[in-house]
Amino acid sequence: MTDSAPPASYATVAEKRASRVRWMLLAPALVVLLFAASGPLLITLVYSMLTPADYGGVVWKPTGDAWFNVFMQRDIFDDTLSWSSAHLSIFWRSVKLSLMTTVGCIVFGFPTAYFIATRPKQQRDLWMLLIIIPFWTNILIRTFAVVELIRNEGTINTLLMWTGLIDEPIQILFTEFSILVGMIYVYLPLMVLPLYASMERLDFSLVEAGYDLYATRMKVLRRIILPLVKPGVIAGSILVFVPSLGAYVTPRVMGGGNQLMIGNLIELQFGQGRNWPLGAALSITLLAIVMVALMAYVRTAGKEGPGHG
Amino acid sequence: MAKRFQIQQMPGFRTIAVVTFVLLYMPIFLLVIYSFNAGTSIAIWEGFSWRWYVSAWDNQQVQEATIRSLVIAFWASAISTTLAVLAALATTRTRKFKGQAAVFAMINQPLMVPEIVTAVALLIFFAMIKVATGYTGLMYLVIAHTAFCIPFAYLPIRARLIGMDLALEQAAADLYAPPFRVFTRITLPQLWPGILAGAMLAFVISLDDVVITEFVKSAGQDTLPTYMLGQLRRVVTPEVNAISTVLLGISVTMVVAFTALSKLKT
Repeated sequence: MTDSAPPASYATVAEKRASRVRWMLLAPALVVLLFAASGPLLITLVYSMLTPADYGGVVWKPTGDAWFNVFMQRDIFDDTLSWSSAHLSIFWRSVKLSLMTTVGCIVFGFPTAYFIATRPKQQRDLWMLLIIIPFWTNILIRTFAVVELIRNEGTINTLLMWTGLIDEPIQILFTEFSILVGMIYVYLPLMVLPLYASMERLDFSLVEAGYDLYATRMKVLRRIILPLVKPGVIAGSILVFVPSLGAYVTPRVMGGGNQLMIGNLIELQFGQGRNWPLGAALSITLLAIVMVALMAYVRTAGKEGPGHG
Repeated sequence: MAKRFQIQQMPGFRTIAVVTFVLLYMPIFLLVIYSFNAGTSIAIWEGFSWRWYVSAWDNQQVQEATIRSLVIAFWASAISTTLAVLAALATTRTRKFKGQAAVFAMINQPLMVPEIVTAVALLIFFAMIKVATGYTGLMYLVIAHTAFCIPFAYLPIRARLIGMDLALEQAAADLYAPPFRVFTRITLPQLWPGILAGAMLAFVISLDDVVITEFVKSAGQDTLPTYMLGQLRRVVTPEVNAISTVLLGISVTMVVAFTALSKLKT
């Protein structure tokens, strides 16, 4: 503090006033968010500990049944306990498909981001616009565009039958594979965006130095480029993995009700299942998994140093 | 030009990139092309026609869903942008304050929590209110959309605000302009591109929402996306392509305008 600074009491009065103004400005947004985002989450947590009513909704009687049923089931005849194989297989499918989607997005996204980052400066924004446009396009429309391509009466099958290569349409839609294709297609921009951000800043004099020291292309990629863009790879992976795990639209449209993922299992509890507490417990479980993934990301991003995230 | 050793080049990367762009756009192009198909197929071309646009236009359900979508998107983007401007003014260009982390967590919550979780939470909460009040109108959807639009409106506004020079506002204040005057005459005109960008982003996000709308809507409150989701179970005609193409057109226009706006110099 210099001598010309106002006396302490004056500063605190001004600060108090600034603080009051700040909270007044924030209040409307926070009220809406509390009402339609944070608050309902807490109510969901409460619901997960209640008893399901017969036709949807709950009876206000606390029980741990819903949480028990997330992973376990009790045999209706002899009361023996066992793992809930139906739920576990859906959880496993969700995790497996999300990991595969992440890998698929890296396979297509990494070279694409690299390609864009190595274009002349004036061209890069245009190429990135081509990535951003699908990103802001309705997820349902994009999923539907892929459905039209692969469904039995769709473009690929019609073309193959017309050329005489096949007599019967190949069943691609409503399989795990079609969900994977749809999710890679839908979430690819989420991988390219952070990858490009880290590659654009790549210092190619380091790459040049590598070549000067007789490194092969593979070695330059593995030892120089990859370590430098690792934060981008991690960010992209989280950005793809998290929404994949909670995906609802793509597995519903692509899986046709046979290949459920967690999101569809949750919906089922509010529809035919009529077990709201179980649905609530399943959502909180999904949220917990996502939060762990995000926290792991924040931790690694912190270690990699500032500038990414 | 003699073939030189290109240090930036990686074998196969260009090919994969080109393939990626083709794969990214081919389904969308086909979707648009077949919306003009004269036949009922989505894969066999039978000549050009506006038939499916006319049939979508005449479809009463589509009309109602369109109007509902636009009404919700208008109010959600208008309200969320207003709230986001206030929130951005409160959280930008200040020192760290108590509760800052919690505020950011709340604002960004819709971006981090999976949509299906929010959707289910809103279904539960609004079901309670519906039972208690008996009101089943459009307000639920407007409020739900407003909430998840707030971070999308907030981010570009905040980015613009961070880039703005404080000197002009300080000069105005030094010349005895009251705070509100400083805001309307100095801050707002400079902030305008950010506000517009945020509003457009919020509008597109609201217009495109499927999951939360699907869970929050009462009977007979379909928006265009939920109407389309319902149609996908049936035999699909190019009418869905026509609706998709129109929605696609709106999104692309908004994104291009948004990109242009965010490039405007502060």
